[in-house]
Amino acid sequence: MSESMQTLEEHTRSDYKYGFTSDIESETIAKGLNEDVVRLISRKKNEPEWLTEWRLKAFEHWKTMTEPKWPNVHYPPIDYQEIIYYSAPKKKEQLASLDEVDPDLLETFNKLGIPLEEQKLLAGVAVDAVLDSVSVKTTYKEKLAELGIIFGSFSDAVQHHPELIKKYLGSVVPATDNYFAALNSAVFSDGSFVYIPKGVRCPMELSTYFRINERNTGQFERTLIVAEEGSSVSYLEGCTAPMRDENQLHAAVVELIALDDATIKYSTVQNWYPGDKEGKGGIYNFVTKRGLCAGRNSKITWTQVETGSAITWKYPSCVLKGDNSVGEFYSVAVTNNYQQADTGTKMVHLGKNTRSTIISKGISAGFSNNSYRGLVKVGKKAENAHNFSQCDSLLMGDKCGAHTFPYLEVENNSAKVEHEATTSKIGEDQLFYLMQRGLSEEDAVNMIVNGYCKEVFNELPMEFAVEAQKLLAISLEGSVG
Amino acid sequence: MLIIKNLKVAVEEKEILRGINLEVKPGEVHAIMGPNGSGKSTLANVLAGREDYEVTDGAIQYQGHDLLEMEVDERAQAGIFLAFQYPVEIPGVSTATFLKSTVNAVRKAQGKEELNAVQMLKLMRDKIKMVGMDERLLQRSLNEGFSGGEKKRSEMLQMALLEPKLGILDETDSGLDIDALRIVAEAVNQLRSPDRSFIIVTHYQRLLDYIVPDFVHVLYNGRIVKSGDKNLALQLEDKGYDWIKEEVDSLTAM
Ligand SMILES: Nc1ncnc2c1ncn2[C@@H]1O[C@H](COP(=O)(O)OP(=O)(O)OP(=O)(O)O)[C@@H](O)[C@H]1O
Ligand SMILES: [Mg+2]
Repeated sequence: MSESMQTLEEHTRSDYKYGFTSDIESETIAKGLNEDVVRLISRKKNEPEWLTEWRLKAFEHWKTMTEPKWPNVHYPPIDYQEIIYYSAPKKKEQLASLDEVDPDLLETFNKLGIPLEEQKLLAGVAVDAVLDSVSVKTTYKEKLAELGIIFGSFSDAVQHHPELIKKYLGSVVPATDNYFAALNSAVFSDGSFVYIPKGVRCPMELSTYFRINERNTGQFERTLIVAEEGSSVSYLEGCTAPMRDENQLHAAVVELIALDDATIKYSTVQNWYPGDKEGKGGIYNFVTKRGLCAGRNSKITWTQVETGSAITWKYPSCVLKGDNSVGEFYSVAVTNNYQQADTGTKMVHLGKNTRSTIISKGISAGFSNNSYRGLVKVGKKAENAHNFSQCDSLLMGDKCGAHTFPYLEVENNSAKVEHEATTSKIGEDQLFYLMQRGLSEEDAVNMIVNGYCKEVFNELPMEFAVEAQKLLAISLEGSVG
Repeated sequence: MLIIKNLKVAVEEKEILRGINLEVKPGEVHAIMGPNGSGKSTLANVLAGREDYEVTDGAIQYQGHDLLEMEVDERAQAGIFLAFQYPVEIPGVSTATFLKSTVNAVRKAQGKEELNAVQMLKLMRDKIKMVGMDERLLQRSLNEGFSGGEKKRSEMLQMALLEPKLGILDETDSGLDIDALRIVAEAVNQLRSPDRSFIIVTHYQRLLDYIVPDFVHVLYNGRIVKSGDKNLALQLEDKGYDWIKEEVDSLTAM
């Protein structure tokens, strides 16, 4: 295989194609974190008094907390005083209207394959583009507004719909929830806000694209999605960052609320810079995502394809409060080289006849470590709760690790909980079979891995599924040999 | 087409093939028979380029090229096809997707134009009929949950689609019912042509009633110990291997 391994090697050197930096002038505050910084961020965003107080309370609480040590990941201590907590691209003065976007910014997003100019918009997908700490542009905003749908930056929503923000912010993930959620609550800068009114089926995919650009900054975005009675929405999230030798922190919070008969589908293709082959640099992705099925017959589906980040710490969860509500979690987590991932989900059954499905596919290659951690909890009143979990791990090579930590807490005897888990190695037999039919080694690996992830890819919107397959191929280039 | 000279192969230090000599000319069909564990599958796998086997001596020439220098996929693209004794399951990959990818990968490597969806569908329909396979299998994951017979037919379908220069069938007949056996044989016969050769590994003379071989070889203990025409197969069917074993063992004892 020496020859084909060589070509694979060549590929791996250029694999992170989003690693460029853009020369965009930005307004950046001094590094470090204290009460004044929290106030400064709030003031820059012209926030109402109650929100400033909310941030400060979160900050006070954060100071009393310590970083969680239970995840199966290892990294040197983070110095929170070395991080810059706010960075925004400067508006060029010659821009006529506030709606206009700096051409350099447009160019950055064009390079990422996310055109923001109206004439080049992706059909059927509305995009909110977030660079470092702020949202720079939201497309199709007016069209959606005709249906009463609110889709735009979080900061905008604070200005224009403060009552909604006040009602729902922190209602699913309290400011005190965990270390990183508390930090986010104190310093969050921007993100997306989605509101789907009663009975409205959102006619297009809503998508937010997060981009870290500035050095030494952290990205702390906040996403809030509210689906009113009988409404439905499909939301996509993508992200990239430049290649840098130092680690950068990304600590986001996402809250979803589905009322009676509402459906929210939240899909993520996470592709933050994973660090280089030796494990230098990369994003620390410490994220809290939780959905509340507040109403009867509501449904929340998390689908994630995690290929990026040096470290991923992330458990998109569902609280199934409404009777007959449904929670789903479909995940592909890939780690290669020295990446570490500790990811999974929590399904908390509170209402009657609640159902949850967990399909987790871990793929480990290189020297990486990949853990699934999942909790299924059935409360006292959750009659006839039903959970099905399947956690599979695929190992490529023998220097990587895969671990599964399933937790189960059942307080109602009528619950039906099924758990299946497998660990397998990418089969020499399978590779030989496919190559004997004329496929190159790379194509053979991709075919096997895509087959393994099929159940999860099937949950993604079409264009995203194609993107995910490509990403997977890139992430695993050179991992067999 | 294929010239094997003094081929010696070891697995984990154990010598399995101990000096194989065999020449297969274009258009010829060679049957290889022999007791369990004699090295038939090993020979088939080495020809296809499986890595676990270490070639310790000898040479293989295929269409004038040094076969041992070629990668597994290169060999396939150059027209070597191995119908597996135990076809492998690939979960989540539909048989149709797999077939399309392989057909186009091989066409591309051979400098032919890739087929579009319509052409592909037509080609598949034709060949499926030829091997008598249930079309619904195309939508299922490759070989997953296929019955023994379905797996073997799927192998024949692949062979018919890829149109190899050298088809190697490793016990494609075992596990097939009488009708299926005839269909498989029929498929091979249809593919027989003056520039296409076959090596057919089998335990049963039955198959050779349908696919009449030009030569029959007996592999025993890593060596071809007897060669003949189709009558040798009949003889084996009649008398078993003991008489050959005795011949060989008495020779080596001297
Ligand atoms: N990967 C391997 N590791 C160890 N031993 C092997 C391996 N492959 C083959 N062998 C051994 O080599 C010998 C020949 O095996 P092979 O499969 O080639 O026999 P065969 O003639 O095809 O037998 P059968 O008729 O049962 O299919 C056997 O003793 C077998 O156990
Ligand atoms: Mg065999």
